[in-house]
Amino acid sequence: MTQPVGAPSARGMPNGADLVCLEDITKIYQVGDTEVRALDGLTVSFQRGSFWAIMGPSGSGKSTLLNLLGCLDRPTAGRYVLEGQDVADLDDNALSTIRLRHIGFIFQSFNLIPQLTVRENIELPLFYLDWNPDRSRARAEETAARLGLSDRLNHRPAELSGGQQQRVAIARALAANPNMLLADEPTGNLDSATGAQIMAVLTELNQQGKTIIMVTHETDIARHARQRLHMRDGRIDSMEGAAA
Amino acid sequence: MMTRRVYRSIRLGLKTLTLHKLRSFLTMLGVVFGVASVVAMLAVGEGASREALDQIRKLGSTNIMLTSVKPVETEARTVSPWSMSMYGLLYEDQRRAQEAFATIRRTVPVKIIRKEGRLGARKLDLRIVGTTPDWFDLVRRDVIAGRALTARDAERRASLVVLTEFGARRLLATEQTIGHTLRIGGEYYEVIGIVQSEAGQGGAMQTPDQQIDAYIPIEVARERYGDISQIVTSGSILRESVELHQLIVEVDQVEHVEATAAGLESMLRRFHPRMDYRISVPLGLLREAEATKRRFNIVLGSIAGISLLVGGIGIMNIMLASVTERTREIGIRRAVGAKRSQIITQFLIETTVLSTTGGAVGLALGLTIPWIIELAADMPTVVTGYSLVLAVGISLSVGLVFGIYPARHAANLDPIEALRHE
Ligand SMILES: Nc1ncnc2c1ncn2[C@@H]1O[C@H](COP(=O)(O)OP(=O)(O)OP(=O)(O)O)[C@@H](O)[C@H]1O
Ligand SMILES: [Mg+2]
Repeated sequence: MTQPVGAPSARGMPNGADLVCLEDITKIYQVGDTEVRALDGLTVSFQRGSFWAIMGPSGSGKSTLLNLLGCLDRPTAGRYVLEGQDVADLDDNALSTIRLRHIGFIFQSFNLIPQLTVRENIELPLFYLDWNPDRSRARAEETAARLGLSDRLNHRPAELSGGQQQRVAIARALAANPNMLLADEPTGNLDSATGAQIMAVLTELNQQGKTIIMVTHETDIARHARQRLHMRDGRIDSMEGAAA
Repeated sequence: MMTRRVYRSIRLGLKTLTLHKLRSFLTMLGVVFGVASVVAMLAVGEGASREALDQIRKLGSTNIMLTSVKPVETEARTVSPWSMSMYGLLYEDQRRAQEAFATIRRTVPVKIIRKEGRLGARKLDLRIVGTTPDWFDLVRRDVIAGRALTARDAERRASLVVLTEFGARRLLATEQTIGHTLRIGGEYYEVIGIVQSEAGQGGAMQTPDQQIDAYIPIEVARERYGDISQIVTSGSILRESVELHQLIVEVDQVEHVEATAAGLESMLRRFHPRMDYRISVPLGLLREAEATKRRFNIVLGSIAGISLLVGGIGIMNIMLASVTERTREIGIRRAVGAKRSQIITQFLIETTVLSTTGGAVGLALGLTIPWIIELAADMPTVVTGYSLVLAVGISLSVGLVFGIYPARHAANLDPIEALRHE
C-alpha cells in the first residue's frame, strides 16, 4: 500500500511493510465519576504478514485494542493508520466499509447467526458486498472446502461441534478475502485438541499471507504465533519476535 | 443490486417470522382486523350509496318537486261538516314560476283524484293523475306497451288513460287490453298504454308516482272532476279544494338546481303564507346521501384507524422485543461490515413483511364480510379496486411507520456491546 506523505518518523510510524500503525492511542471509559484508561498512550505497528499473539492479565486492554484495530470502536485520542489510511476520524459508514473489505473477525464464542445455515453465515459479508448469488455461492463453497466444511453447508450452527463452528466463523472471516484477521481468544471455548486444530488453520492462513492478530492468555496457544505482545494496564509491557 | 438485497432480506424476514409462527400471527391480528374493516366498510358504504344514488337518479337530478300540503291549522278548524278547506299550489304558481325563472325549462302540473276504476269485471281503487305529456319525460318511466300521452291528446281533450304495470296486472290488462275501455267513476277512457312504475320498490325516497296511478290529460281531469274533492269520513264530509297537487319543475342544468329551488321557495312563501306546500329537491337528497356516506365512512374509518393503530403498536412492541432478542445478531452483522442503514432496512423489511402478510389476510377477510352481509342482511355491497389499493397501502405504511423506531433502535446499538449481549 502507499505510504502517507510526510508521516512522522517516530517509533512505530508507518513504513511500507506496516499494515497498521497506532500512535499514542488512548481509550478512556467513563464509568460514573471514575475514568477507566483501557488503553493508555499506546504506540505500536503491525507488519503485513505477521502473526501476533496479544497477551496480558485480565483487564489489561487486550480486547479494547483488538476492537480498535477492527474499527468497531474509535480511540479517545491518538492516530490509527490502516493500509495507509487514517481511520481514527472516519464516520460510521466508512468504518463499516473498512470492516467489510479489510477485516475478518473471529470470536471466542463463534458468533454465528443461529437461524442461518452454514452457507448463509459464510456468505454474510458477500451479502453486504452485494455479490451476485452465483458468485457468492461459489466463494462460500470454496472457502468452506478450505476449512473442511463442504458437507456441512446446509446445517445450522447448533448442529455443529464447537471446533466446526469456529471453522465456519473463520470461513466467514475469510469470505471477502480481507488482509487482516482479528481473533479474540479463538480457542477459549474449545478443548485443547480442537484448539490446536484451529491454531493449525490460522498458522496455515498466515503462511498464505494473512496478517493475524490474536488475543489469548494461554501460552500454549500463543506459541503458534510468530510475534508476541504483552500488555499491562493499557500499555505495552514487552514484545518478542517482532521484526526489527 | 438493491432489489437483490431486498429480495434476500424479504426471504430472511419470512424465515425469522416463521420461526415464531404463533407470535407472528398474533402480532398480525391488529392489521388483519384493521384492513378487513377498511375493506368491508368501503364495500358496504359504497353499496349503500350506490343504492341511494340509484333511487335519486330515478327522481331526476334536475327536477324539483313541489307538493301541496294541507296546512295544520285548517285541519283544526274543520268543525262544521260543510266547511271546505282550500289550500295548495295554484295554476297561477305554475305560470309565475315559468315566467320568473329563466333556469326553469319545463313545469309539469299534477292533479290527483281518487276514484275506482273498472275494467271488465275487475275493480281497483285508482289514483287518477291528471298531467301533461311532459310528465313521462321528466319522471322517466319506460313505456311497456302501447304509448304515453301526447300533446295532441291534450289538445283534443281525449278520454285516454295510461296505466302502470302494477295497475294493469291488477286489472288483468294485457297488451291486448290496449284500446279497451276503462271506466273511472261514471266516465269512460280508452287504455292507450302501460308504463313501468318505480314506486314501492323499497327505499325511503318518495317518488312522484305510485303503483295505482292512472294517467289522463290534465285538461280532462279539470273538466270532469274540478278542484273540489269530498272525503266522507265517519259523521262528516271533508271537502277540499286544491288546484294542483304537485308541480314538477325541470331545471336546465344540475348547477342551477339549488339556486332555483331557493328562488322558488322564496317566491312561494310570498304567495302562500300558510306554508301549504313542500319543496323537495332530489339533488339535495343526493347531497344529503353523500354527506351521510361521509359520516358513515368517518365512523367506520376511525374504528379501522384505531385497530390499525393498535395493530401497529403491537408490531412495534414485538419488533422491539425481537431487536432485544437478536441484539447479538445485530452485533455480528455490524462487525462483519453492515452499515446502520442496512440494519434499518433489514428490520423495516421484516415489519413490512409482517404487516403486509396481515394485510393480505385482512383483505381476504374484508372481501368475505361483504359477501356474508349480502347473503345474510340482503344489503348490496360493492368492492372497488380503490379499496384493494388502500388495503395494500395501509398495511405497507403500518409496517413502515411502526417499524422505523425498532429498526433505528437496532441500528444504533453499539456493536461491541451488542456482541457481548447474552
Ligand atoms: N464498555 C466499557 N465500559 C467501561 N469500562 C470498560 C468497557 N470495556 C472495557 N472496559 C474496561 O477497560 C479495561 C480493559 O478491558 P478489556 O476488555 O480490554 O480487557 P481484556 O484485556 O480483554 O481482559 P480479559 O482478558 O478479561 O478479556 C477493563 O478495566 C475494563 O473494565
Ligand atoms: Mg478480553
